[in-house]
Amino acid sequence: MSAKKIFAKAYIWILLIVLYSPIVFIAVCSFTEAKSLGNWTGFSLNLYKSLFTGGMQNSNALLSAVYNTLLIALIASIVATILGTIAAIGIFNLKGRKKQAIQFLNNIPMINPDIITGVSLFLLFVFLHISQGYLTVILAHITFCTPYVVLNVLPKLSQMNPNVYEAALDLGATPFQALRKVMIPALRPGMISGFILSFTMSLDDFAVTFFTRGTIGLDTLSTFIYTDARKGGLTPELRPLMTIIFLIILAVLLFINIRSSKNTQESK
Amino acid sequence: MSKRSSWALPYFIFLVLFVVMPLVLIVVYSFQDASGHFTFSNITKFFMDKDSLSTFALSIEVAIENTALCILIGYPAAYILADKSLNRSAVTVVLFIMPMWVNALMRTLATAELFNMAGITLGKGTLLFGMCYDYLPFMIYPIYNVLNKMDKSYAEAAEDLGAKPLEVFTKVTLPLSMPGVASGILMVFMPTVSTFAISEFLTNNKIKLFGTIIQENINNSMWNYGAALSLIMLIIIAITTVLQGKDNSEAAAGGAI
Repeated sequence: MSAKKIFAKAYIWILLIVLYSPIVFIAVCSFTEAKSLGNWTGFSLNLYKSLFTGGMQNSNALLSAVYNTLLIALIASIVATILGTIAAIGIFNLKGRKKQAIQFLNNIPMINPDIITGVSLFLLFVFLHISQGYLTVILAHITFCTPYVVLNVLPKLSQMNPNVYEAALDLGATPFQALRKVMIPALRPGMISGFILSFTMSLDDFAVTFFTRGTIGLDTLSTFIYTDARKGGLTPELRPLMTIIFLIILAVLLFINIRSSKNTQESK
Repeated sequence: MSKRSSWALPYFIFLVLFVVMPLVLIVVYSFQDASGHFTFSNITKFFMDKDSLSTFALSIEVAIENTALCILIGYPAAYILADKSLNRSAVTVVLFIMPMWVNALMRTLATAELFNMAGITLGKGTLLFGMCYDYLPFMIYPIYNVLNKMDKSYAEAAEDLGAKPLEVFTKVTLPLSMPGVASGILMVFMPTVSTFAISEFLTNNKIKLFGTIIQENINNSMWNYGAALSLIMLIIIAITTVLQGKDNSEAAAGGAI
């Protein structure tokens, strides 16, 4: 190995160690009972036990926050994928100024920081007298997710042979059949990556949810953690919860990547 | 073919309702007092208020420093990851993005706690470190994307024509990778100015950034002043986006995971 290679490897690994140290820290601290993060009072699995059996003080609040987070992310990313795919097909067939205008609008939610998206939507809901809760949070998440679906589907449309769709119509397929059997399969990779991006951004969102959730006590994991930390002292059960979430993500990502790198090797 | 262009219509209506209208409302609320009358007082209040101004200046300063730090640390990482002779596994790239899937607030709280345990007082230093930690993947990923798609024959041609390795980098690779750096800047700079929870946690509420004062005003029902502060931020976003010129969003969004 050349000196350059050793240096490069060391640089990458040092960065990774720094990036992962807080996560490893949380995972280590999930195996002790201490109330505050960072104290070690001996090995124990009690936090895992109370996370699953609901033995802690605000277990309902934490579990419903997890449930809300997943539900909102699922609904928002499904709607964003459908809306964004239809929009991408439309945008692809637009020309000139109209196309530029809608692409410009599509970029705004991606450029805007979360807080601007959150505050502006908050003002919209106040202005329209829409009471804030699940619906407004989901609408807000759809707003910042859909542009990414559009951007992921558009390249697939330009890679597609436009004649195939026309051929399907000529051969007697209804437009709907042609869409389902010709278009969707060609667009699927873009739709899937748009969906995954949407889902993860929705999961991780804090600021937009914070401004659009209203005062009905709706909490996602992010707002739960924020409120919890401001009250002083995190709910200890968050530690095993985060550890489990991390392990699930690790397993899923490694699985996807190992499979896809195998696929590309085979296709070569 | 022409009929299918109408498929963009539902999304266009959606964008007008949930993107354009809300931004217009920020402008409208900025120029109104609490009872809905036209006023400039929200804007003048910002320029007269020393606290807001110094918070604003500090936020820009921290954002510039954080962005510079992310480029300094992130560019070499992206370069190494994209270089086939140095890194051949796609898994390493995924390892850099994966921390983003763990709740950012939770990671930030753990980082702050690690500082506490190491006996480091929370303040500007820890703020910068923590911010860089949170935003580094957003810098690495777009640069990596551009470097990875770059046609290697340009660099090889420069080498064949007698350029030294350093020259190849400064005259060929670096200029060609600028779109990635630009979209990295876009994804790091403004979010840094506007974060609120992260800066509160990393400094134990000692340092307020611009996002925090927007949040405080909105939450205390001072919507008009909150809107005026958001407007100021919007103007800066518009300026940085125009300065960037070309639209680089595709470099950032291209080829997710």
